[in-house]
Amino acid sequence: MRLPRTAITAEPISAERLAADLEADVRTLGEGCGALCTFVGVVRATHAGRAVRYLEYEAHEPLAARALARIAAEVEAEWPAGRVAIHHRIGRLEIGEASVVIVAAAAHRAEAFGVCRYAIERVKQIVPVWKHEFFTDGDDWVDGSVADPDDPAARARARSLACA
Amino acid sequence: MRVTVHLFARLRDLAGRQSFTCDVPAGATVADAWHAVVSCHASLEPFGRSISCAVNDDFARMTVTLDDGDEVAFLPPVSGGSGSCP
Repeated sequence: MRLPRTAITAEPISAERLAADLEADVRTLGEGCGALCTFVGVVRATHAGRAVRYLEYEAHEPLAARALARIAAEVEAEWPAGRVAIHHRIGRLEIGEASVVIVAAAAHRAEAFGVCRYAIERVKQIVPVWKHEFFTDGDDWVDGSVADPDDPAARARARSLACA
Repeated sequence: MRVTVHLFARLRDLAGRQSFTCDVPAGATVADAWHAVVSCHASLEPFGRSISCAVNDDFARMTVTLDDGDEVAFLPPVSGGSGSCP
């Protein structure tokens, strides 16, 4: 059985399985699949000079799942021959574990790189997931942008980074 | 009328609770519910400008009018990361 294209999950993410499933899907689309681009976000051992022990990710799960599906739909609108798979972890993660895996598939490399960069920028903009960092000397929530999926300026910013 | 408020991440930690019911007048908006929450949890006040919100699991504006029994979620800014290098 194939993995869902998008998911919020408490289980470890296999980038390889996600890539294999997406390749199989895109093989029959247009020119076929000629490029897979995988981004893996992993838990870093330090943040702003502080030693990290572990992280906890928390999501508003229904909204986060829908935001991931929305990003996948945006990709199809912008890159008709491109597809993306996005899985985001929640719960406790140790240093080195994958917190988010994005696989972009397209006929050619330029589209695959573009889709991958676009998708991670959009994840950071609109998916309600919060990172709680536990250090050797305390803990802190990481704040980023205000999630507004309908903000066209944010979407344009992701698009321009993807095509830089 | 009565709505259920859900707080996430830093907001929940500051308030010391995740979900609770809140009485608001008929015709109240999401912003009114937020003000009701802040009146009990003053430490949340600085987040008024940076939160986003959802009603019944859909993103909503602060100006949306609530109905009795609605579920209102207040969300701090998402985790971001240091993404945008030139």
